[in-house]
Order: sequence, then C-alpha cells, then structure tokens
Amino acid sequence: MRIKHLQGIIEAEIFQGVFEDIEIAGGYTSDLLSDVMAHAKAGEILITIQAHRNSVAVAGLVGAPAIVICNGRPVPEDMIGAARDEGIAILRTDLNQYEVSGRLWKALRD
Amino acid sequence: MATVPINADSSPGVVLELLYSIKVKDAMTREVMTASPTSRLRDVQTLMRDNAITGIPILDEGRLLGIVSIGDIISALDSGTMDRSADAVMSGSVITLDEEMPLSFAVTYFDRYKFGRFPVLDSSGRLSGIITASDILRRLLIALNEEIGKMEQRIAGRHAASGGPVPMMELSFGTTPLDFSRAGNASARFKKALVEKGCPPPIARKAAVASYELELNQVIHSTGGIMRMRVFDDSIEISAQDEGPGIPDVDLAMQEGYSTANEWVRSLGFGAGMGLPNVKRVADEFSISSEMGKGTFVMAVIKWDKR
Repeated sequence: MRIKHLQGIIEAEIFQGVFEDIEIAGGYTSDLLSDVMAHAKAGEILITIQAHRNSVAVAGLVGAPAIVICNGRPVPEDMIGAARDEGIAILRTDLNQYEVSGRLWKALRD
Repeated sequence: MATVPINADSSPGVVLELLYSIKVKDAMTREVMTASPTSRLRDVQTLMRDNAITGIPILDEGRLLGIVSIGDIISALDSGTMDRSADAVMSGSVITLDEEMPLSFAVTYFDRYKFGRFPVLDSSGRLSGIITASDILRRLLIALNEEIGKMEQRIAGRHAASGGPVPMMELSFGTTPLDFSRAGNASARFKKALVEKGCPPPIARKAAVASYELELNQVIHSTGGIMRMRVFDDSIEISAQDEGPGIPDVDLAMQEGYSTANEWVRSLGFGAGMGLPNVKRVADEFSISSEMGKGTFVMAVIKWDKR
C-alpha cells in the first residue's frame, strides 16, 4: 500500500504533499523520539502526536517516508517546511494512535 | 531597532579581523532605489512597497539630499499629505558612511544611531550604495564560513602532521542550548554526507542515531558544544564535546530511563532517558568522560567494513 492510499483509510488530510509515493513497509507508533530512533525501521511510517520539526528530523534520520499526526493536533508551519525539504509526507487525522495503527496494520495484512 | 548582535570591541579575534578587513563597499547593496526631491510621497511609498524596503534616499543629480523613511510615510498617511513632495518631509541631516570605511564603523553606527540603514558615499561624495544590518550579517556569514573552512583545513593538517590516521572527511557543527528549531541539523548533514560517500544505509543510520542523541543531549543539557564526525577508511567517529556543566554521575546517566530533563523538554518527546544507552547500543566503541564545571566528551565509533 502506498502513502496516498493510506490517506482514505485513516481519514487524514495531507499537510505536506511533496514526497515520493512509495510502498509503506509498516508503521512505528511512539511519542518518544529516542524510542523512534532506537526501534523504527527504514520504510515504516511514524505515527505520533509529536507535531513539531524535531519529529521530521527523526523521521529523516531513520528513513520514515511519512509522519501521521494523530488527534488532530495542529501542525506548525516550520514542521511543514522541514518535511518539504526532506520529502517526508505529513498526514493529519482526528483518529488517535491506536486507531491509526490498527487500520494500517489491517490494511497491510489484507 | 536594527542593532547588530556583534560587538566591534570584544568579539572573538577572527570576527574582529573580518570587521576591520572587510570594507563597507564589500557588504553594501549597490542597486539603490532612489527618488528625486520632487517625487510625490505616494510614489515613494509605491517604490518602498514594490521593493520591500523601508527607506529611500532622495537624490539630486547623484547628490544625496536626504532620506524618506517608512516613518515619514506613515506620518504623511496619518495627516493625509501623501501628495506632498519628498523634499518637504525627508530627513535632511543624513548620517552616511564612506565606502572605504571598514565594516566595524558600520556596526558601531548601527548600535549608536537607531536607523535601519545608512547611505554609503564614494570618495567624490556621490551615493554609491546603501547598507542595512542584514547586509552586514550576510557578508559576515560568508566570511565566517570561509574562515571556519580554513580553520578546519588547518586542524586536519595538524592531525596529518601528528602521525595519526588522516580522516577522508571531517565535519563539525556547533549546537545552541535549547534551540530545538535547529536541533538535529548536524546529524542530518552527517547522514547526507555519509550517504553521498557511498556509506551503506544501515551504517549511516547507526552514525545518525549516535549523532542525533548526542546532539540532542547538548541542546537539552549543555551550555553549548561542538558535534564532530570524522570518517576513516574503516570507521566513522562521532564525537560530542560540550562546555559544561558536566554530568555529576556518569554511571547513573548511562542507565536506561534515567533523565534529568524538565517537563517542557519531555513534552517534545525527549528526555526519556534513552539517549546515551541508544548511542552505546549502536556504537562498536564508546567512551564518555565528564568533569563538573568543565564539560562532557562522548565518542562513538561505528565500524565500516567497506567490503
């Protein structure tokens, strides 16, 4: 499944659309950026409520192609700018991390 | 308003040298928007708006008569006198700089007179440019980049002379306490440089993880420091040197889950007490030393088997 396909599944809005629409390898759900650094694998999307540019830095370093911001948290401009520079998609949804993770897991399994 | 955050008396030697060696004409903007004394304020305002500038010199055949600032325009708007001519409202006693003056004069002028810009005159007294605080900062940044490049080359030369292995690449960046907007920049640059050098992504990622955690530690806990990466034939060395305050109990700091970060830092997703353990986990060699009041030095080496 590709990133743009995920948009409908998790009822998300795309906040940063400059990215390569690649296959999603999986997901990593965490709000602790050190935990993401330690355990997220390249190609997994980051599911989090940490809506700031440091999440983009971490996503860039671990090779996450997209960040899903949950609970409809506001996405600041500088985060969008940083993500555009890195070519990382930002999606935002009103769902919480549990629901997003569940729907992604199911979609990848089916 | 437009003070320059650089002091022409007590800045570091390199900066002072630059301030004295760079001339005003090397930093100023040469294409100056000007108007004539008979220009109407309405037209001056259009000129300002279209060019996003806040002051227009008024010239009569190349000779500077005065300057109309955005403040003058606001006053004219307020009193409904936008149809008056520029010479009716311009400030006539304009403080100017000579284009041959060193940049240190310009810095002093900005701090002494609270103007946003100074017209620059050539030796015959004609307007040759205009200088703003951002012109100075832009020129200084370019010059500082060149100087730091030279310093890095000298340091690399010393390593070579001292007989140690010569890195094929060396990069370093400074960190600023609690500046989360730039935190991670050094690590991102390191990773990009490694990938460009043909480093396998899993190795580049290890280096990036080590570097990012150390960089964030400097941003969160230190009073500022330097992140350095040296790339050798068979290894990548990431080191973090800060200037304090030091870690009271290094063993405790190495324990997973131990953190002294405050609530605000934690709310950003940091300070989970995983930083140093993460560095150690990805590193093939790891060392840390810390002295209270002096600073902390951490080094992580990641082996890079090119075969």
